[in-house]
Amino acid sequence: MKQCLVVDDSSVIRKVARRILEDMNFEITEAEDGQQALDECRKTMPDAILLDWNMPVMDGLEFLTSLRVEEGGENPIVVFCTTENDVAHIARAIRAGANEYIMKPFDREIVEAKFQEVGLI
Amino acid sequence: MTPSEFEFLKNFLKTKSGLVLSNDKQYLVESRLQPIARSSKLETLSAVIQTLQRGGNRALETDVIEAMTTNESFFFRDKTPFDHFKDTMLPSLLESRATRRQIKIWCAAASTGQEPYSLGICLKEQASKMAGWRTRILGTDLSQEVLEKAKAGLYSQFEVQRGLPIQMLLKYFEQQGEMWQINPDMRAMVEWRKFNLLDSFTSLGEFDIIFCRNVLIYFDQATKSEILGRLAKSVPDDGFLVLGAAETVVGLTDAFKPVPGKRGLFQKKQAAQASAGSGTSPRLAAVAGMRR
Repeated sequence: MKQCLVVDDSSVIRKVARRILEDMNFEITEAEDGQQALDECRKTMPDAILLDWNMPVMDGLEFLTSLRVEEGGENPIVVFCTTENDVAHIARAIRAGANEYIMKPFDREIVEAKFQEVGLI
Repeated sequence: MTPSEFEFLKNFLKTKSGLVLSNDKQYLVESRLQPIARSSKLETLSAVIQTLQRGGNRALETDVIEAMTTNESFFFRDKTPFDHFKDTMLPSLLESRATRRQIKIWCAAASTGQEPYSLGICLKEQASKMAGWRTRILGTDLSQEVLEKAKAGLYSQFEVQRGLPIQMLLKYFEQQGEMWQINPDMRAMVEWRKFNLLDSFTSLGEFDIIFCRNVLIYFDQATKSEILGRLAKSVPDDGFLVLGAAETVVGLTDAFKPVPGKRGLFQKKQAAQASAGSGTSPRLAAVAGMRR
């Protein structure tokens, strides 16, 4: 079973994402901010990370930048999932090493399409 | 369609199928239900709605629900046909059309434009192999309304997230407020025309590739056969026909044969056998040669 880390400061979003991803046969771990996510990754590197941008303590972009220089941190497939929906933000995320990008609001179909796009399902 | 007819359909679909139609979906209803009006011999949408209102026509109810609950069009829908396009159809045509240097493609159910634009994106991505080539993509649909949307190339955030990789969004689209618009040079690649598949194809000319996905399902068997027969006259022997993933030509026509191992891809009878032979891997071909 593939593991997906869901990183979002909203418990509602984490719950919705968990439900969708569990139906897609992922084992889910959760983190509320970038720092917690980094701690999780140091314990076990997940196969996929669904990543919010704006979070307290450490935001998504800072987390991604730190993750990519961790040992094994180049492996997880990172899909941003954020309300930031302008070209500049998307381009920054891709440059920082994001594999795909979901603009909120999202639904099941979008998550499936994007995860398929990056070869996770 | 009158507002009260649309309102009835909204309630009908919600009760019968749970499908919730927003008020901007009138074009979708019209384009999806027009084929049913024809195939049920009721001719007009109003007649279909009146029949539904009277009740008791279970077959018609099912047809309407099925038509409306089919997935909306999205970019690179089903993926496989676009892989066939890049890996099978284009290489074959780049070879066979090397003198003429022209490829003509027809999307026979272009809807809101995602399929023709996806093919346009594939062609742009192959630009290095296609220097000096002319390509023509024709997108036709029964509904003028969907064609207007297709022509504008303006899509919602939801629409651009279904099937379109983020890199392609950045490369080929521009953000317009809450919407995303495909770039002018991409829009210029496709020519749009309102067209009914029941009409003669002769005015359209010949095509190397015809995409005719998920539209024959709206017609009865006899009409399907008839359309497939005429499609065969619109492609040369080495051209290609692409049908929807669940569609087949079995029992409908002898003019097309499935290309082995390529789901949804068809060629005229002889060409399909020939390309199946040439598609054999070199090693297997060598083994076959030794046996001979």
